Amino acid sequence: MAKALDAQARRGYALIAPPFLYALLILAAPLLTILTYSFLTDGYLEVVRDFTPANYVQVWTDPIVRTVMLRSLMVSALVTLVTVLLAFPVAYYVSFIVRPEKKALWLFLITIPFWTSYLIRVFLWKVILGYNGVINSSLTGLGIIDEPLTFILYNVNSIVITLAHAYAPFAILPIFVALEKIDRSLLEAGRDLGESRAMTFWRVTLPLAMPGVLAAVLIVFIPTIGDYVTPELIGGGKIPMIANLIQVQMLALDNRPLGSALAVTAMAIVALVSIVFLLINRRFLKARS
Amino acid sequence: MTDDRKPMIECRGVHKHYGDYHALRGIDLTIRAGEFFSLLGPSGCGKTTLLRTIAGFEDISDGAILIDQKRMDEVPANKRPTNMVFQSYAIFPHLTVAQNVAFGLRRDPRSKAEKAALVDEALAMVGLRGFGNRAAHALSGGQRQRVALARALILKPKVLLLDEPLSALDRKMREQMQVELIKLQRQVGITFVLVTHDQEEALVMSDRIAVMFDGEIAQLDGPEALYARPANRRVADFIGVMNFLPARILGESDGAVTVEAPGLGVVELPARQVSRANPDDEGPTLGFRPETMTLVGANQTHSQPRETNATIDEVVYYGDMTYYDLRLDGAAGLDGRARPVRISMRNVFGRDVQEVGTRTRLAWSPGSLVLFR
Amino acid sequence: MSGKGRGLQAYAALYLLFLYAPIILLPLFAFNSGTIIAFPLQGFTTNWFAQMWANATLRTALTNSLLIAVSAAILATCLGIFAARASTRFEFPGKGGMMGFILLPMVLPEIIIAMSLLVVLLGAGVQLSILTVIVGHVLICMPYAIAILSTAFSSLDKSLEEAAYDLGETRWSAFRLVTLPLVMPGIISSLLISFTISLDEFIIAFFLAGNQPTLPTYIFSQLRFPKQIPMIMALGTVLVALSIVLLTLGEYFRRRGNARMGGNPTGGFL
Repeated sequence: MAKALDAQARRGYALIAPPFLYALLILAAPLLTILTYSFLTDGYLEVVRDFTPANYVQVWTDPIVRTVMLRSLMVSALVTLVTVLLAFPVAYYVSFIVRPEKKALWLFLITIPFWTSYLIRVFLWKVILGYNGVINSSLTGLGIIDEPLTFILYNVNSIVITLAHAYAPFAILPIFVALEKIDRSLLEAGRDLGESRAMTFWRVTLPLAMPGVLAAVLIVFIPTIGDYVTPELIGGGKIPMIANLIQVQMLALDNRPLGSALAVTAMAIVALVSIVFLLINRRFLKARS
Repeated sequence: MTDDRKPMIECRGVHKHYGDYHALRGIDLTIRAGEFFSLLGPSGCGKTTLLRTIAGFEDISDGAILIDQKRMDEVPANKRPTNMVFQSYAIFPHLTVAQNVAFGLRRDPRSKAEKAALVDEALAMVGLRGFGNRAAHALSGGQRQRVALARALILKPKVLLLDEPLSALDRKMREQMQVELIKLQRQVGITFVLVTHDQEEALVMSDRIAVMFDGEIAQLDGPEALYARPANRRVADFIGVMNFLPARILGESDGAVTVEAPGLGVVELPARQVSRANPDDEGPTLGFRPETMTLVGANQTHSQPRETNATIDEVVYYGDMTYYDLRLDGAAGLDGRARPVRISMRNVFGRDVQEVGTRTRLAWSPGSLVLFR
Repeated sequence: MSGKGRGLQAYAALYLLFLYAPIILLPLFAFNSGTIIAFPLQGFTTNWFAQMWANATLRTALTNSLLIAVSAAILATCLGIFAARASTRFEFPGKGGMMGFILLPMVLPEIIIAMSLLVVLLGAGVQLSILTVIVGHVLICMPYAIAILSTAFSSLDKSLEEAAYDLGETRWSAFRLVTLPLVMPGIISSLLISFTISLDEFIIAFFLAGNQPTLPTYIFSQLRFPKQIPMIMALGTVLVALSIVLLTLGEYFRRRGNARMGGNPTGGFL
């Protein structure tokens, strides 16, 4: 019985085995290790094998950790909001207004900056936004301002601008894909039924684009909450985010259990946010079908 | 049809399971050498699965398949004397037409020049002389089909398997290819096994047809027998159009059955006009094809043994044909419901199309009826 | 085009300017003779490129990075071929979960991958080197490789391989003669994308390379010294030019692959 299915399944397993085992070894094993570590105690020079939830208690009670955690959440939420809001009109433009044969070119243009050195891009934002940076020196040179603007430098604003730039294509592409899937005759139907252009957008286009928007939100939110470079370079190390804190605990202070507890907590928060968004997305997909 | 040709494909009690799904349920089938054979049925009936087990793409769960009197149990697809024309044609898009046709000759020891001659010959056979250097992805649907045929036939297989080869073509092209395939099959003399869901295509092209439902062969017959004497009501339903009227059996003797149907009265049918009903039928039914009965004008005479008065309910004009839906007088008698019956009339010169509401006579013969019980 | 269309067009143009602002500035400062990265520009010079060329550490970093990127690209693409073929051709229980797990690094913050891997490697007493960076890079490049390769494999008609098999080839020669040439554009673009990701990857290289420099970690270390920055701008210019060439090549192969399959030319790298 089921000989053919087994033969097919066997070949499938044989094929997927190498990449799966690799991921198991290089990803699952380390993740399980830090999960274990997070319940152990930091001793002098080595980790003590005592099972304890103390690290989590510390993570959730320590005011510094809480400040950094909240800041990370706030910054990535802000970055996500700004990125997706800025990206939506561009995705809309490329999907609805750009001629079909030009679309690939636009997508290509949008993706190119993403593939160029991340560090240098981040650094250049510092150059652009800095005290003697492009914006300030241009504005003072033109006589528009006398003193360099400081609200865009070494603070959360500069981090948000930099990250919004870094993750732009991640936001545009899923929204674009969702918009492309919309049957254009639906919009004509909306107009035909007497809706204004704006109402058609609000009642037809936007709900149908929602799965793409939610995907964009997730794709931007997850990596930004773990971003290490931008706070380090742009924030000048003065406004650490969760990634910086994990690194400090793990390496500089060599407190691996606490660092692991931080990492696991961060992952749990990311997973929680993701699940919430996936559930919302499922609702939209259900409404669609 | 000659029955003395040797068997080319034999299926003996072939079963195929996919997990819990029983795709083939004991197929017994003999296809003779040089036959144009069709596997006909609705989607999911197992016809493609059967073809793929013959080709060797699917293992069978039980039973045996023999090709040219050799068991194929351990013979993989690439070693079987069969070649296949795929539904999508599976033309290699990165190769030219000639390279596609020559693909199966790669392991052939013959010289390059000999192979080139074979390719030219195969292309000429399918009407693509001079197309050898074309890029495969630039071909039209009909041309792809021809390349697929040439590519399979160049290997001189004992059996050519065709998996819905015409379904991707438009109607005109399909009808043209049907005729060409018949001619080609006569020319090369190879056994063709065609899978199709299109009953008309099967009737046009095949020497014999196996009608399949739910992994079983429901009837295996020549096209005429299949059309005129369907083995059961399901086959009758699937092939062509048939009217069904509820009937009451009055008696039987020596296989002949006396039945009464509303509007048609009492008829006696010999055993060969009696078939099996579907398990879920409410009772026996009498069936007849639309073209076997004739509308007769008020003053016309006819030579049919029986006639029934009727009213025209609906007229559908098709150009060469007109379909009439009729209410037979007395048809509402048995169960209180009047089922309209459909009659088709060829629009020959001088015969007017009737109007809705017209009273008319229907001339027929009990010989055109089939009883399903 | 309506007024709304023009408004959107202007917005899209501004957005592109926002996207390209850093890249436009890069060559300006790379050829600027001033030592401070600020306007106004001083004068034209190629000194920074010469300085970059003469820098021994940079050369080591470049060699390391190329070695890592080439290895990671090849390994990730090979593993990706297995996964893409398994997911597009075969049905088996648990496929969705296994594929999801393999693709997980795409949505996992890199710092967590780097840290957990580091903890395990240190715990196991493995010497950190460019080898450990390759191990990490293969993990994060693999999902991208799979995404690209799955598209290539899934646009392939399953009966092509069956046809080759039916015409007398073995399973392997059918794969080699039919499938491989048809997915080759996908393989090449997977190699290029993986190479680009690895070459630019910072976090994993930063934590797993031990004391070996790679290009990004070298850049990071130099950004602290204002004196070094013009040279880094020159380096950045070269890297951007290289990326654009590689991406254009990748896009070219992807489209050629599509055209060959009769597909449409839209879609992007992601």
